[in-house]
Amino acid sequence: MFVTTPFVRQKERRELFAKIFFGLMAAAMVLPLVLILTHLVYQAWPLLSWEFLSTNPTNGMRRGGIWSAILGTIYLVGLSLFVSAPIGVFAAVYLNEYARDNWLTRIINLAVVNLAGVPSIVHALFGLGAFVLFAGIGRSILAASLTLAIMTLPVIIASTKEALGAVPRSFREACWNLGATRWQTIRRIVLPNSISGILTGVILQVSRTAGETAPVMFTGAVFFKKIEEGELFAYAITDQCMALSMHLYTVTTQVTNTPEALPYAIAVVLLATVLLVNAVSISIRVYIRSRKKW
Amino acid sequence: MTRIGRRRAEVWFRRLSWSRIGEAVIENLIRLCGISAVLFVFGIFLFVFREGAGFLFDGLDIEKFLFTTEWYPTSRSNVRYGVGALIVGTFSVTVLAMAIAVPFGLGAAIFVSEFCGKKLREALKIVIELLAAIPSVVWGFIGLSVMNPLIQKVFNVPIGLNVFNGAILLALMSVPIMVSIGEDALKAVPDAYREAALALGATRWQIVYRVLLPAGKNGLLAAVLLGVGRAVGETMAVLMATGHAVNIPRTIFDPVRTLTATIAAELGEAPVGSDHYQVLFIIGILLFSITFAVNLTADLVVKGIRKKQ
Repeated sequence: MFVTTPFVRQKERRELFAKIFFGLMAAAMVLPLVLILTHLVYQAWPLLSWEFLSTNPTNGMRRGGIWSAILGTIYLVGLSLFVSAPIGVFAAVYLNEYARDNWLTRIINLAVVNLAGVPSIVHALFGLGAFVLFAGIGRSILAASLTLAIMTLPVIIASTKEALGAVPRSFREACWNLGATRWQTIRRIVLPNSISGILTGVILQVSRTAGETAPVMFTGAVFFKKIEEGELFAYAITDQCMALSMHLYTVTTQVTNTPEALPYAIAVVLLATVLLVNAVSISIRVYIRSRKKW
Repeated sequence: MTRIGRRRAEVWFRRLSWSRIGEAVIENLIRLCGISAVLFVFGIFLFVFREGAGFLFDGLDIEKFLFTTEWYPTSRSNVRYGVGALIVGTFSVTVLAMAIAVPFGLGAAIFVSEFCGKKLREALKIVIELLAAIPSVVWGFIGLSVMNPLIQKVFNVPIGLNVFNGAILLALMSVPIMVSIGEDALKAVPDAYREAALALGATRWQIVYRVLLPAGKNGLLAAVLLGVGRAVGETMAVLMATGHAVNIPRTIFDPVRTLTATIAAELGEAPVGSDHYQVLFIIGILLFSITFAVNLTADLVVKGIRKKQ
């Protein structure tokens, strides 16, 4: 039997203290999230309704809903992922399946890391300089989506690489031994076995893209644009559009005399979208992990 | 062509089928996509540089640009482009944010990797992920509408939009990345170290600051650097929450303006091609260089750890 000497007791006390100390630091991270969410929802409550989501803003943003902003965000997110997902996945396939350990690979990896660290406002400058002005696309959904696509690219590459890396090497070797070529192996074995991981990474980007403001502010998003309510194809890709994130910014900083709940309601809609998408992606990941066969 | 050469060509042609061509096309496409990241980084630098180059080499006094604090880009009589105050603004908000975020971020990373059970760890990681997902414009809005009155009341200051407000938001925004990278760094410390310390009778507290912190210091440094990179480049939150006054702050309750916020606020109004417009792009180059250097250092630090293992 162990005897609890004063020394042991002191040690246990210290241990407990350490645990509580670091636990509080972790709690300091959880607490703001909970407080902020409840506060925002509480303030936004009076305005949240189906009508708010499905009507256009009127009276200089002071009345009506946010339909055109929601649709604009859907366009921007959809188009940007349509561009960045294939490029990102292929780039990750290259890095994980084809690239040897040489200087080119090292440079590519370095570029991916740095692309991920470029500030969003610099992406905005790039989008303006390259797509809007140099390529002559003009401020439009297309230019804004391309800017967002380049911004999301490194994260898609990173998550896809992780998903591809989780496929055991023996799977590939077995396939090569049957005489399959590299690409056949990738198409028939590697991609099917990692597709769920790749998709989770891409879905996660939906939430990041939806929240971005700075890159779209100068490349395609506008203060106000009237569109047909309930019409899903109301924007053309050469049109400018409204975006949820930008709408929140303009309503909070540039419109006066708005109803108090309005910016809160926009923030809640934006947050709900983002967190919902994240929750979906997290649960898919947990589900996949629980039934992984190897 | 020799006979053997011709035979070889015939065999090659016989083997050549559509699937073969398809495969070659796809492989090259994949290679191109792989290289695209490099092209984009160059592209970003090139196009931002291209827009600002004219004024950078002809007309801008770089010394005055960097070291004076007078930012009057639209003045009629005497236009002055000094980003000194903006650099100080960015710097002050970032430093204060890091002073708040580093202890909490690393503390939370230590808790997640050393002190909590598996279930709690998974739950905390999900919370961290959700925290990281909150868009910066929502943080900005929180700063403007929640923190602003709160700071005025609690600290009894006239303006709630200031360095302190922005720093708290940036701290909350950069904590998630610090926790996840920091946790990786701590996980990379071999278990044998912990066991050896335990065998010597060390408490967990002692293990943390005598064993884990020294052993994982490079990874933790990388975590902090990535947090710094994020904080320097953050735009919307600081645009909305720091008060937007070109000003060298004396206390943490003074409003400031950052490099990023200046671009975001003025780019819409500067006529394309004007000096003002070009100066904003030059600020972009400055930002790009700062974050590039920070990220590069972080990457080298991380690589250094991997090599050692």
